[in-house]
Amino acid sequence: MTLLDDFLVRATLAGLGLVLAAAPLGCFVVWRRMAYFGDATAHAAILGVALALAFDTSVFGGVLVVSLLMAFTVSSLSNRGYAMDTLLGVLAHSALAFGLVAVSFLHGVRVDLMAYLFGDILAVGVPNLAVIWGGAALVLGLLWWRWSALLTATLNPDLAFAAGIDPRREQLVLTLALALVVAVAIKVVGVLLIAAMLIVPAATARPFATTPERMALAAIVIGALAVIGGLQASLEWDTPTGPSIVCLAAILFTVSSVAQALFGRSRP
Amino acid sequence: MSGLNVQLGGQTVLHHVDFSIDPGEIVTIVGPNGSGKSTLLRAIIGAVEPSAGAVTCKPGLRIGYVPQKLHIDPTLPMTVRRFLDLPQRVDDEAARDALDEAGAGALSGRQMSGLSGGQFQRVLLARALLSKPELLILDEATQGLDQPGSAAFYQKIAEVRDHLGCAVLMVSHELHVVMAASDRVVCLNGHVCCQGEPEHVASAPEYRALFGTGTGGALALYRHEHHHSHDHDHDHGHEAAE
Repeated sequence: MTLLDDFLVRATLAGLGLVLAAAPLGCFVVWRRMAYFGDATAHAAILGVALALAFDTSVFGGVLVVSLLMAFTVSSLSNRGYAMDTLLGVLAHSALAFGLVAVSFLHGVRVDLMAYLFGDILAVGVPNLAVIWGGAALVLGLLWWRWSALLTATLNPDLAFAAGIDPRREQLVLTLALALVVAVAIKVVGVLLIAAMLIVPAATARPFATTPERMALAAIVIGALAVIGGLQASLEWDTPTGPSIVCLAAILFTVSSVAQALFGRSRP
Repeated sequence: MSGLNVQLGGQTVLHHVDFSIDPGEIVTIVGPNGSGKSTLLRAIIGAVEPSAGAVTCKPGLRIGYVPQKLHIDPTLPMTVRRFLDLPQRVDDEAARDALDEAGAGALSGRQMSGLSGGQFQRVLLARALLSKPELLILDEATQGLDQPGSAAFYQKIAEVRDHLGCAVLMVSHELHVVMAASDRVVCLNGHVCCQGEPEHVASAPEYRALFGTGTGGALALYRHEHHHSHDHDHDHGHEAAE
């Protein structure tokens, strides 16, 4: 365990675990135009934190339950005629507001909301690592198992129906995975940065990819670069770690977009 | 299917539709916008639940489905070859055969987003053929193609039917092309107005009640071969609409 005694090693491992799950999942979020879904689920997580503290249960459990509830609500309502972005806007902001109000009812408990909003990857302990890698393995397994069905349902729901796949079930699988990622990641990068880690690596990977699988792999590599580089940069310049990681991911995105504009095939 | 009712958003889109298709038959569904054509197809593939009645298929029926239009988000990289692997991986030889059969042989390495409308439809057809379908369903598959393009596409469908012996069920707006390519035409407007051989349907009063005015052009010419007076058509249409 000597290696894990180093806080930097633990932080790097935590970040890599997150990327392993978030990057491929983020590809689906991008393909299905659900970018705000990550936001909404992440905002709901604050409510989960408040409830967990109120009932004195584990934060992970509280966040997971509320994120799942949020995900199921969005999934079921989206089939009832509301546009996805409207629905997510309503739910994301109300969940965050209810969460903040709920936190104010907690007497005698000093909640460091900042820690949950922005995360504290440097404070990750060995038990947290186990949760993150366990969650990441679960999400990866889920994606691996449903990959083809998920892709078909993403392309076109009717195409999925004709092939005997129920696209509603596949959407449920995705929302489940998303809730899981939020629950394991809240300690690491915090709710506000989870959505960024879902979407930015996937968007950065797009110009380099010719197939969905390559895009997912490239997103993992890019996310890993952002984690490792962001941690080093934050040490070097004494900047906040979570935002540094996202900043580096954003810089990589810019480089990738410019590279595509300069050398890319605009019509592949 | 028998006595099929489908409700969407509180409205009855299809009421009491009785309809069947035999192996090897090419059936085309025609009808005005909002007449439930696509809903009928979607009920067959199981994408909408009927509120009454039932769709009965041969057990284990293999369906190949070509959707009306398929929007592939530009953020989703997808080669033609990879697309054919959805949802089940196929070996290269099967993929090549299907592409050849659909007349899209040279497209294997191309990105889906870079294909022209006609190429795209052919790839969709190739993918539908991979499952060796017994029933091929096409929902306005030639939308966005010019007239020679869609004529060539229907020609391809007929070849595929002859080759695979599958039944073909399609929806189309291009009445004149479809009339020539179908064994049977079903005229749909919430319910089955009339059906039968193309010539029979084209001269049926229910059909002309729906299409008698406003379609113009090729259809009017087509109809002219069977009837001599426009006025007569008109009156007849009104009577039938009662």
